[in-house]
Amino acid sequence: MSAPTSNLIEVRDLRQTIGAQEILRGINIDIPRGETLVLLGQSGGGKSVFLRHLIGLMRPLSGSIKIEGEEIAHLDERQLEPVRRKIGMLFQDGALFDSMTVYENVAFPLRERGERNEKIIRNKVAHALELVSLQGQEKKMPVNLSGGMRKRASLARAIISEPSCILYDEPTAGLDPIVSDTINRLIRRLQSQLRVTSIVVTHDMISTDRIADRVALLREGRIHFNGTLNQLHSSSDPVITDFIQGRSHEID
Amino acid sequence: MKFPYSFPLTQAFCTYLGQAALLAWETFTSILAGRIRWRLVIDQINEIGFGSQAVVIITGVFTGAVFTAQIFFQFSALNMSTAVGPVVSIALCRELGPVLTGLMVAGRVGAAMSAEIGTMKVTEQIDALRALAVNPIDYLVVPRTMAMLISMPLLVGECIFFALIASYYVATQILNINSVFFLHHMWSYTHGKDMVMALTKGFVFAIIVVIVGCHQGLTTKNGAVGVGRSTTEAVVISSLTILMFNFFLTMALNIVFPAGVRY
Repeated sequence: MSAPTSNLIEVRDLRQTIGAQEILRGINIDIPRGETLVLLGQSGGGKSVFLRHLIGLMRPLSGSIKIEGEEIAHLDERQLEPVRRKIGMLFQDGALFDSMTVYENVAFPLRERGERNEKIIRNKVAHALELVSLQGQEKKMPVNLSGGMRKRASLARAIISEPSCILYDEPTAGLDPIVSDTINRLIRRLQSQLRVTSIVVTHDMISTDRIADRVALLREGRIHFNGTLNQLHSSSDPVITDFIQGRSHEID
Repeated sequence: MKFPYSFPLTQAFCTYLGQAALLAWETFTSILAGRIRWRLVIDQINEIGFGSQAVVIITGVFTGAVFTAQIFFQFSALNMSTAVGPVVSIALCRELGPVLTGLMVAGRVGAAMSAEIGTMKVTEQIDALRALAVNPIDYLVVPRTMAMLISMPLLVGECIFFALIASYYVATQILNINSVFFLHHMWSYTHGKDMVMALTKGFVFAIIVVIVGCHQGLTTKNGAVGVGRSTTEAVVISSLTILMFNFFLTMALNIVFPAGVRY
């Protein structure tokens, strides 16, 4: 294994196609430990596809992905398991297991990692649900939860095994501004309390301003911009200003 | 269908066979490696085996009854009424029991597996499993396979048992065949090898239903429409595969357990 660097994730020349369409055309990015990186980009621009490569849900056509110095691009499903244990992922619609209650969903990663002591499981689940402000919802089935609650329960499931990195796929998409703000605060709180590295895929600028340490803009399959929030706002690049201000030139 | 289009069809067929074979291989290596979650296996036995009993018993009862009646109508004209018992019992053990159970289970269980796993696929629950470092084959396919391998031979046996009871009742109570002759002939012409054949077929059909059902579920695309399509295809493909395999199994097993030989 190579020597540890300050970067948790290093991506080099990552390429991917879906059908005939080239989605990722050579992504190069380093993600330092403990930072929250917000990845901006248009819908359908490949942000979620990029995120899925970081946890091995998709295998790249070419390029390199290193997590804590370990190359994961060519690992098979079983070899990826130790890598995946270090990373939590919040899916766009939560992806809670709908045959299980909230409690069973959140306890699932612990049980799968061999924890048999029900008292320890109960305490950890209670702590995780408290972090996401979902106390008292343990017995509900996912179908009986609102969109925001589903995402928070899913977040509790992602953080219960204390990953060093959390990937968020559109955490505020489809939520009202108040619930979105709750999720944004939660992401900040998790970062300050658990010291995790976060990668947030979104096109929500309000969310970006609340949570980002660094911002990257994905455009036409490449990283068009990578810098701090201040650098983003002070940029005179028309692509960036159009994105921030939500301007389209397509039908002018 | 126009001839030039048969090439993509052949390609799709080969791809399907390859994927199904790979899934079967991964499932059995997982089982051999001992990655079996017994709690899930028991849940699935309850769902698949226990829950299918009513369907299988009703199928057995009415098939046994109607088959007995038809054989009687033909044989009684030849004064061979007492041969009804062995014909019915051998046909049930060697063909009708396993095939009808296989088809009923394919309809009930294969469809449910495909729909459940397919819904999990389109709602990213399979990806969530993978992201949580849980192999979907270990978690979803292995317990279902184990449950089917345990349940299916038992269901085949149950189907045959109830079909024979129905046959006995129809023959002796409705068609007035002498019960002593009926039972004596049935007993002396039906051998253990016929039952072994039934259970062997049940075992093979279990593998067909579970691999086809799980494969359809795991390859589901396009949301709710895709789940519907996968479910239909799971039933159609597993039913047709059972019927085709049944012929080859009959021919192969007949070499090992030849029919109609008394010893």
